[in-house]
This record gives sequence, C-alpha cells and structure tokens, in this order.
Amino acid sequence: MHIPDGFLDAKTLVATGALAATGVAIALRQAQKHLPPRRVPLLGLTAAFVFAAQMINFPVAGGTSGHLLGGTLAAVLLGPSGAVLAVTSVLIVQCLIFADGGLLALGANVFNMAIVGGVGSFYIYRALYRLLGEGRGQMIAVAVAAWCGTIMAAIVAAGELSLSGVVAWRVGLVAMAGVHALIGVGEALITTLVVLAIRRARPEILSEAGPIATGRPATEMLAFGLLIALGLAMFVAPFASSWPDGLERVAQRLGFQHRAVTTPLMPSPMPDYALPRLGPAVWNTALAGGVGTALVFLLALGVTWLVVVRKRQRGQPDRRSRRA
Amino acid sequence: MRHDFLDRWSRLDSPIHRLPAGVKLPAALGLVVLVVALPRASWRAFLGIAVLLIDMAVLSRIPIRFIAWRLLTLEPLALGVAGLALFQPDGGRIFATLLAKTTLCLFTMILLSNTTPFSALLAVMRRACVPALLVSTLALMYRYLFVLTDEAQRMRRARMSRTFRPGRWWTWRILATVIGQLFVRSTERAERIYAAMAARGWK
Repeated sequence: MHIPDGFLDAKTLVATGALAATGVAIALRQAQKHLPPRRVPLLGLTAAFVFAAQMINFPVAGGTSGHLLGGTLAAVLLGPSGAVLAVTSVLIVQCLIFADGGLLALGANVFNMAIVGGVGSFYIYRALYRLLGEGRGQMIAVAVAAWCGTIMAAIVAAGELSLSGVVAWRVGLVAMAGVHALIGVGEALITTLVVLAIRRARPEILSEAGPIATGRPATEMLAFGLLIALGLAMFVAPFASSWPDGLERVAQRLGFQHRAVTTPLMPSPMPDYALPRLGPAVWNTALAGGVGTALVFLLALGVTWLVVVRKRQRGQPDRRSRRA
Repeated sequence: MRHDFLDRWSRLDSPIHRLPAGVKLPAALGLVVLVVALPRASWRAFLGIAVLLIDMAVLSRIPIRFIAWRLLTLEPLALGVAGLALFQPDGGRIFATLLAKTTLCLFTMILLSNTTPFSALLAVMRRACVPALLVSTLALMYRYLFVLTDEAQRMRRARMSRTFRPGRWWTWRILATVIGQLFVRSTERAERIYAAMAARGWK
C-alpha cells in the first residue's frame, strides 16, 4: 500500500503532509510526557523488529507468499503513540534506503499506515478488548482490529488517489478495498497468532508493558480521533456522497422534491456541505468536510465532558478502576 | 552482519558519493517536487531528467544491473495503481504520464539511497531540527535492523532444520511463534541497550 511519488497532486500532498506531521508531533509529545526513559530504546527496536518480521514470508495459496505488515501488532504492543513512532520509522527507512514509498508521498503513507491503520486499529482493539474481556476475547479483538486497520488504510489511500485525479473513486475503492480485504484476513491471522505466541512465551509483555493496563491519557485519544476524522472528511467524504441520498432519491421519484421548504427556518452556514464561492467542487466538499468535522468533534467533546466528568464527580467508579 | 548487502552500494567511492548528504537530500527532494509538478505528458522534460539521472548513475559507479533490478522490483506496485487509471476517460495518457513520473521519482530515490549512507541522512535530519526522539528511534532502528534480520534468518534456519510437518496451517503457527519469539528477544535486547546507554551517561 506504499504510495510512490508521482501519484498524488499538490493539494493532496500538502493535506496529507500536514495531517501526518501533526500526528507524529502528537505522538512525540505523548511519548516524551508518558514514556519512561527505560523504554525509549524499545521504540527503535520494535521498528527494527517490524522490519525484520516483514522479511519472514508466509505461504499463501498457489505458490505466492505474504508477510506481516505490523501496524496493528505495533499498536497492540506499544500503544498508539509508540506505534505511530515505530511505524513512521519503518516507513522512513523503507523510503530512504529501499525507495519503497515516495519521499513526497511519505506524509500520505505515514497518515494511512501509521495513523489510520495503527492508531485506528488500536482503539478498535481496546474497545473490543474491554467489551469481550481476557482470553479468547482479546484474540478476537486483535484479529478484528488488524483487519479493520488494513482496510481503513486502503480506503483512505483510495480516497487520496481519487482526490488527486489518478483513479475514479469507485474503481479505486473497489480495487483497493477488495485486494486489502483479502490481505487484511492474512494480516489478522498472522497478528493474532503472533500475539498468542507472545502471550504464551512472556505474558507480562502484554499485561505490564501493554498499553491497556496503564491508563492512557484521554487527550491522546481525542487528538488522534480528531486527526483521523479530519482525514476521513477530506479524503473519503467528498466521494462518498456523490450519489443522491435515500430521501432525495425518493423525493425525486415521487415528484415532491420541489415542495421541500426552500427557505429554512435557520439559514445553514454550509448548504449541501459546500462552502459558498470557493474553488472546484471536490476540494470544496473536502474543506467543508474538514470544517464540519471540527465542529462535530467539538460538540462531541462537550457532550463527552458533560457525561464523563459529571459521572466522575458523582463518584461512580469507571470500569478501569474496577478491574484494577 | 551478513545483511550488509541491504545498503552496500551506499559506501562506494565516487564523485557522487563524496558530495555532502546536506546537498544530495535537498537536491533529490527538489527533483521529485519538479517531476511531480510537471504538467501531464511533458515528454521532453521527462526525457531531459531521465538523461540527467542516467548520467549521475554512470558517474556514481553503482552497477546499472542493480539499479535496473531495483526499478523492476518496485515497478509492479506502481503499475498496479496506474493500471486503475485506465478505467477512466483519457486513461491511456494518464497511465503513461503516471508511469513516467513514478519511474523518474523511483530512479531519483534509488540513486539517493545508494549514494548516501543512512547515518549521513540522519545527521542532515538532526541539523534540520527533526525532533531528537524521532532521530534516535531511527538511528537505533537502523543499527539493529541488520542484527534482528540476521536473528530472524537464524531462527528461520533453525526452524527449517527441525520441523518437518506438512500443512499450511502448521507452518503459519510456527512462523508466528518465530515472530513472537523475535519480539521477545527484541525487548530483552532493548533492556540491555538501555542499561548500556545509562551506563554511558545517557540522560
């Protein structure tokens, strides 16, 4: 899924570069604040490990072979910030030593694989792990997270390629998501087996050093969540809405479209998700998507704060403290 | 370190190799930016850049066969994505342009990575104010890349000389155990490295 140079155009390169730089900056800040110095070498060693593990080939049907990608594995072992740093290092080395993945496209690759694939799959893993519990539940959580991480990264990559005008969105989506749905199955299997093997050999790596046990700061999740949402709004949302939605379609067919209230009670600041009088349509929707995400995110933040902080003030123990 | 072959050519001696990395990295970046920014189907410019790159490749004394082989192994990926462009109007032209641009960028990066040692690139990054934690992570990764790859290879050989069970599922389980063990060994090594770093006065 390494995007080479020459595929993405200027606006996509700038956007992905900014998102990736922000993500790496968040990860660095979190690591500097919360990572004990004892574990700093582990970041570099895990990056080297992911690289070495990618050289071990697994036989797949018909004489072909595949290998571990490692984003989810790094996320499960190191937590979101550590995973971003480790996977980013792998991508930088692959780019600068093996010319695998472009230099300008490094931002896009870091955003897709380290941030969407790595951090995204970490939060899926954590949510499922808390839902399903220890043992088999943890393995299911790892498998689902690895599959989702692979396919999410592929979908965002498809969005970036179509925003650059290289491929049509539907073709790109079907091809990328189709291929990576299969690759994701392999990734899920390998990641789960590896986590199982690590748990059998050294269970304390997954519990003591593991990111779940130590309470992660909420700011980390909020920052990464906002970043991923922004990326999705910019690279995926502009295309996802190219069909008329269900209600509009029914309205068209039944012929009552014109009866829709044309003067809304409160004028919407962004009618039809497009900022008025701004550039070409697709980029426009992307921009509107970004602004919209930021607004929705702030709203969600407010609601979460109200619910969580109020609850804590009332003295209800949350789940983490119960487990401890 | 038998995996030295991964970046063996970066330590040759030639006029291109002797150029400081602080010049080569920005130059490569500039060339890639130029190629990406060129309008579609500007064939003369592409040809000019290709001639320039081939001249540099000859000057750098990297075996042409090696460069051609790297290009060939990296090209299928690009071909796969560029092939998708054929499904849209004016697809043929987009496809040809994409292929030309990608090949030129790949050529530039292969030249950069095989004429500049990675440690020199790291030094440039450090001077360019890349955060210290990222640079030290990269430096540690590069240092132990070869060690861990060797370790993985040794474990693979040990496994192949001991397991004879047929069946794909069994192979997958054993390979996963090998990777898991590799991670366990990496963490142990990281702990020893930290002790060594602390003993030498690292913060």
